Amino acid sequence: MSPGLRRLIGLLRKEILQIWRDPSALAIAFVLPAALLLIFGYGVSLDARAVPLALVVQRPGALASSFTAGFDRSPFFRPRRYRTIQAAEQAMAAREVQGIVWLPSDFGRRAATGGNAPIGVLVNGVDANDARLIEGYVQQLWANWLTIRAEAAGGGAPLPLSVAARVRFNPAVSSRDYLVPGLIAVIMTLTGALLTALVIAREWERGTMEALMVTRVTLREILLAKLIPYFLLGMGGMAASVAIAVFLFAVPLHGSLWVLTAASALFMLAALGMGLLISGFARSQFVAGQIAIIATFLPAFILSGFVFDINSMPTAIRVITHVVAARYFVAILQSVFLAGNVWSVIVPNGLALAGMAAVFLGLARAIARKRLD
Amino acid sequence: MGGQVLALLIKELLAVLRDAKSRIVLIAPPLIQLLVFGYAATFDLNHVPVAIYDQDPSAASRDLVARFLGAPTFRLVAMLHSDRRIDALIDSRQVALVLVIDRRFTRDLLTGRPAPVQAIVDGRNSNTALLIEGYANAILTDFSLGWGAAHGQRAPPAVLDLRARYNPTLSSRWFIVPGIVALLTQVVTLLVVGLTVARERETGTFDQLLVTPMGPVAILLGKGLPGLLIGVFEASIIIAAAVWWFDVPLRGGLVPLYLGLFLFVVACTGIGLMISSLAATQQQALLGAFLFMVPSIILSGFATPIANMPGWVQDLTLLNPMRYFLVIVRGVFLEGSGVDALAGQYWPMGVMGVVTLAAAGWLFRRRVT
Repeated sequence: MSPGLRRLIGLLRKEILQIWRDPSALAIAFVLPAALLLIFGYGVSLDARAVPLALVVQRPGALASSFTAGFDRSPFFRPRRYRTIQAAEQAMAAREVQGIVWLPSDFGRRAATGGNAPIGVLVNGVDANDARLIEGYVQQLWANWLTIRAEAAGGGAPLPLSVAARVRFNPAVSSRDYLVPGLIAVIMTLTGALLTALVIAREWERGTMEALMVTRVTLREILLAKLIPYFLLGMGGMAASVAIAVFLFAVPLHGSLWVLTAASALFMLAALGMGLLISGFARSQFVAGQIAIIATFLPAFILSGFVFDINSMPTAIRVITHVVAARYFVAILQSVFLAGNVWSVIVPNGLALAGMAAVFLGLARAIARKRLD
Repeated sequence: MGGQVLALLIKELLAVLRDAKSRIVLIAPPLIQLLVFGYAATFDLNHVPVAIYDQDPSAASRDLVARFLGAPTFRLVAMLHSDRRIDALIDSRQVALVLVIDRRFTRDLLTGRPAPVQAIVDGRNSNTALLIEGYANAILTDFSLGWGAAHGQRAPPAVLDLRARYNPTLSSRWFIVPGIVALLTQVVTLLVVGLTVARERETGTFDQLLVTPMGPVAILLGKGLPGLLIGVFEASIIIAAAVWWFDVPLRGGLVPLYLGLFLFVVACTGIGLMISSLAATQQQALLGAFLFMVPSIILSGFATPIANMPGWVQDLTLLNPMRYFLVIVRGVFLEGSGVDALAGQYWPMGVMGVVTLAAAGWLFRRRVT
């Protein structure tokens, strides 16, 4: 056995003992991701279901009730009846309903004669995303109603166009199926950076890093000894997260486990490299922790494509997203889980992750070297 | 006691603001984040990449295609001439929508049969998929109604007149930017307060503080006030930026806004002090702050509505001060809500502030003995 390898094994043993005796690292690696994924997996959803909606029918009739029947049956709405539009508007101002569908008193007459009877739809636009989804559902119900009316009237097209929508990969359009893989990336960014940022800053702060440096171990051995155990811990947390996603949240895993493992390994290296880099910059745990929050969690949450669509961001912001490692991992995870082994997504994003891991680890090493001078 | 508190307050502010590194950490990142996130965090779709496969090149289909290309929502990536590349384009995320105009399109339009159009959407991001469907449907319906009217077909019995209250263009920036006020205020306040006691305990100066004539209440005030001042100050900058930089309308008054801000920062300060006094080391304090902050942001209604969560998670969010402040910020900004309309949001934060501050004070004393 070469002396280098023996030194490395010695250092590794020290790290593992340290982890074993201070279980906070184990907690960060396993308990934190599992707990976060459990809460968020249940808590984060963009699917509007049973939205409280005001229905105002000023003059009841057969046509009006055939229209409102669709709302009673829809899983998207929980309709409440109001006699006047004023009462409905008050309910909306008090946030009791999210929107109003209003059939004015001349609705029945105009619908039966000339057509084009206006149906007022007023949504609370504060949550613009929710408002758009609600509008979409109302439009669907309206189109269904037109089709039923046309069939009852003895055939003929309700509208000149017939639109068939087909959703690839996620036919039930369930937001949990795409949010849970993204959450894994966000949570692993957090744990990866925290694991290394804090443990190395602690070593600097306590002065034990200098003690290590005067021994014969090389810098590379110190960094490797830090990297290997936390890499294994992080991968363990990753495996736990994937198991929760598949078995508890029933997210389909169409791609192969090997691709997932390889991509996770690359991402974990990038995240740990980022943590090493942060701890190299910041000597104190205070600054390291602050940077870890600001530079990892928030960008992974907002700039990764996890909830907010990257294509829709302004160009300058899109450029910035390229330095967020989570962005590439989210793209791979969403494809591997929902679509399968789509190489045209996996290869470029995997290469980007490998590049980021190399840059972060290289920079971390370069900065650590300067410290020795 | 006033003089003691003031002295400690000045010392704490100096401790945070004298060090150039921590001064920068406090001021620069929130502003950069406001700018980046303000632009990045949007659910509005722009330049959605689209491919169109027009099997029936004709005047009618060209009119329909032109409507898609004229909309700022869509960006044409490819005109296809066969269906071979459709799946590959979507799989590799080069396009998010493929519009297929059927061979019988014009013939069916003219003979009064429903003319088939297919919209194939990438469902990996289900929210985007639903929104793309919505945008595409709006264009197709518009085309339908226009074509029917121009060609003397019978009008549909009823049409929808869609309007949105408070946010007529449904810009999600108006929803997100006020949310960022709450998000960054919480992050800054917790970071300032969360580590104060733990840092002194680690360096041993907390014991010195305890042997001074100051009582626990004075220490609590001296430790808590800097966070309060810095939190309110940073929030004010962000509010100003929201109004003058992002042009979000501020329809309500400053009184309901600042009353909410004050109660929110007090609650955050209380939680931060509690974490700080529970922790023996800075690392524990930092972890504690993290463990509180991350769920409180994700389960606050900042990005995904609380109404969509299962009942037990909704109950859990009742303990989250950010949930209440988000309603206040958005209510004051967009709906012009006043104090009485928001009363239900103020008192839970007030209760949380009192309880957490009392608990922090009790923990100080317990840790001494």
